[in-house]
Amino acid sequence: MSEVAATLGAMTTPVDPGPPGSPGPQGPRGAPEPLPSDPSAALSLRGLWKRFGQKIAVSGVSLDVPAGSFYGLVGPNGAGKTTMLSMATGLLRPDFGTAWVHGVDLWARPDQAKATLGVLPDGVRLFDRLTGRQLLTYAGMLRGMDKGTVVERTNDLLLAFDLNADADTFVVDYSAGMTKKIALGSAMIHAPRTLVLDEPFEAVDPVSAANIRDILKDYVAGGGTVIVSSHVMDLVQRMCDHVAVMAAGQVLAAGTVDEVRGEQSLEDRFVDLVGGRQHSEGLSWLRGS
Amino acid sequence: MVARFLTLKLTLMGNTFRKSVWQTIGMIVAALYALGVVGMLVTLVGALAFAGDPAWAGLAITLGGALTVVGWWLIPIFAFGVDATLDPHRFTTYAIPRRTLLTGLAVAGLVSVPGIATVLVALGTSFAWVLEPGVLVVALVGAALGVATCVLGSRAITTLLAPVLESRRYREVVTIVALVLIVLIGPLIGWLANGVEVSVEVGSGDGTSTGMQLLPLFEQAAGVVGWTPFGAAWSLASTVHDGDWAGLAGRLAVALGTIALAWLAWDRALARALVRPPVGDGGGGKAKGLGAFGRVPSSPTWAVTARTATYWLRDPRYSGSIAIVPLLPVIMYFSSQSSGNFFLLLATGPFVAWILGFSISNDIAYDNTAFALHVAAGIDGRADRWGRAIPMLVVGPVVSAVTVVLSVWVADSWHLTLPLLGLAFGAMLVSTGVSCAVSARLVYPVAKPGESPLKSPQGAAMATMVSQGLGFMITLGLSVPVFAVGAAGLLLGGVLWGIATVVVGVLYGALILVLAVRFGARVYDRRLPELLQQVQSFP
Repeated sequence: MSEVAATLGAMTTPVDPGPPGSPGPQGPRGAPEPLPSDPSAALSLRGLWKRFGQKIAVSGVSLDVPAGSFYGLVGPNGAGKTTMLSMATGLLRPDFGTAWVHGVDLWARPDQAKATLGVLPDGVRLFDRLTGRQLLTYAGMLRGMDKGTVVERTNDLLLAFDLNADADTFVVDYSAGMTKKIALGSAMIHAPRTLVLDEPFEAVDPVSAANIRDILKDYVAGGGTVIVSSHVMDLVQRMCDHVAVMAAGQVLAAGTVDEVRGEQSLEDRFVDLVGGRQHSEGLSWLRGS
Repeated sequence: MVARFLTLKLTLMGNTFRKSVWQTIGMIVAALYALGVVGMLVTLVGALAFAGDPAWAGLAITLGGALTVVGWWLIPIFAFGVDATLDPHRFTTYAIPRRTLLTGLAVAGLVSVPGIATVLVALGTSFAWVLEPGVLVVALVGAALGVATCVLGSRAITTLLAPVLESRRYREVVTIVALVLIVLIGPLIGWLANGVEVSVEVGSGDGTSTGMQLLPLFEQAAGVVGWTPFGAAWSLASTVHDGDWAGLAGRLAVALGTIALAWLAWDRALARALVRPPVGDGGGGKAKGLGAFGRVPSSPTWAVTARTATYWLRDPRYSGSIAIVPLLPVIMYFSSQSSGNFFLLLATGPFVAWILGFSISNDIAYDNTAFALHVAAGIDGRADRWGRAIPMLVVGPVVSAVTVVLSVWVADSWHLTLPLLGLAFGAMLVSTGVSCAVSARLVYPVAKPGESPLKSPQGAAMATMVSQGLGFMITLGLSVPVFAVGAAGLLLGGVLWGIATVVVGVLYGALILVLAVRFGARVYDRRLPELLQQVQSFP
């Protein structure tokens, strides 16, 4: 373990190793000491580690998401994006490291931190025997909102996501895109200060995706913070002002989109960072005759 | 090509062995069990043939074979999705001629524990005719035809009904019907056996040799069944044995006709299924307005209450258990009838109460990963625990009280009403409390949302047994004071003791409930992310 950690620790990390005595539990031996957290940031992660069995999913990730930013998180499949976001939102307890949400230590005071977060997890079910309207209402009531507000916002969200016609249909009978939209609605009904969205545009049709993008832009313009993970570089480049590139459980680069991509397009820069492009002949037999 | 299908099926079977040790053990146990059943049936038929008369064995083969066919044809309708390893839809994108696909799927259909067992029993029992070589040959042919009838008929029916079977609402209804049938099967058989016994005894005057008396009944039944698609193939050998050549021709025609018809129906249905991808039901379920959510005060606790109540009615995994509860008294009634002892019937009230409380003991596993919403919202343990318990606390006492009153009415033991009520209320409160505490600590895999509740996840038997056993022991231990007072009330009699039982049952039960929920809430708060991780790791 310590050997692996030492090797990984030697790799580049966007946040430089900080002085000893930084907050939070110590990482594995040999891991760099992270900087103290940034209390002004919407999300400030320090030295997050998570291991599943033999596989280290996230190894010593530190990342600051400035308040009011539209932050994109990109990386190949299995890079640890979902694991990292789960640890940043209270869904998964990290082995080491801390997550600060608007200056509140998430894992020390989860109730206070979670109240300011809206989360769209990837790959989880919904309470799909409820109708769309009921699911939104449920999400709102779980957040302790009063019923008048819940009903009002439920109607607004159903309209905004173009789900009004299917408001009384069970979520289990929704299409993949509609399910994504209703899950997104349940993540924002309590007007959180920060939205953490894991693959929010997957399976969503282009018109709805454009509507959602507008909603998110308005939300950022109003002072909210959005973190989205995505495979679609083009989308991230157009939509986000900040971006972090993850691979093999580490953040390879982070900053404003322009800083990260430099002169290249984000996609080219991403391929440079992550590697894995093949410049061979490919499948020669696949050419039609 | 057919060989390739066989290899595929065998590989799929082999891979289940590699997935987990428990699954392997489960598979081996199932195989051993099937082997035992095969051995028993073959021995039984053999004994009938050699110790008695080969004709008796013929009767047994005809009737048993017909039952097997009925089983093969009907069980897949109820136990949908239990074996979809070779779903024809998965082969649509490969260019396989339909005839080859059909043959391949039919042969592969035999490669499963029930398939192999059917073949073994069919062949093994044929050797009851070993003393008459001519009949033996016919019997072996009949066995082959019988097995073909099983497989082809089963495939034809499932493929024909696939459009219906795929619809969610149908599956929910069928699930509940199947659950009810399974629960009722025991008492039903007992009742039928009673009826037959009584009629035989009445018919013969003295009930000395019931088996001999039943023989004409079986002969009559086999005579009829032998002409139906279910029994025709299996009855060929007996027909030859009897020298009934016209009958043989007729029955052979029925058997072959059945197989041809099944093949044709399957072929047509498959042709249609391959060009029409599986679709859910078009309309989708609907429910107007907010339902239960509109009727509760706004707070996280009541939100969970409304959601739980909605699920009790809408999710077949829950509503199935609701449908069973009213049947329990019926079962107890029949058992009491046959034994002439009303103790079981009177115990129904407290038993139903206990079952109700226990039914929420694995609630988080039923949520599956939808539980992430609770974790992300960070609702506190008390809200979650009480929310899940409240619907039970509203419905449970009413159902328990009705059951108690019904049972004392049937047993005509009105003087036991109060002690039984006390026991029932106490048992329900204690078991609800224990469920709330245990479910925050022990989570074991259950059927996923949308799956048949009849389908228990593979490899979960051990965890289920340990968790349920533990919950049961704790409930039992904590119920001792209620039992003590209840027993005193039952034995000593008197209204005063009765009232005492009710008071103790309710007060003590409520105390345990509050303490257990508080404990459960603390555990829940501490283990929230771990609980989510556990349900995410379910197979």
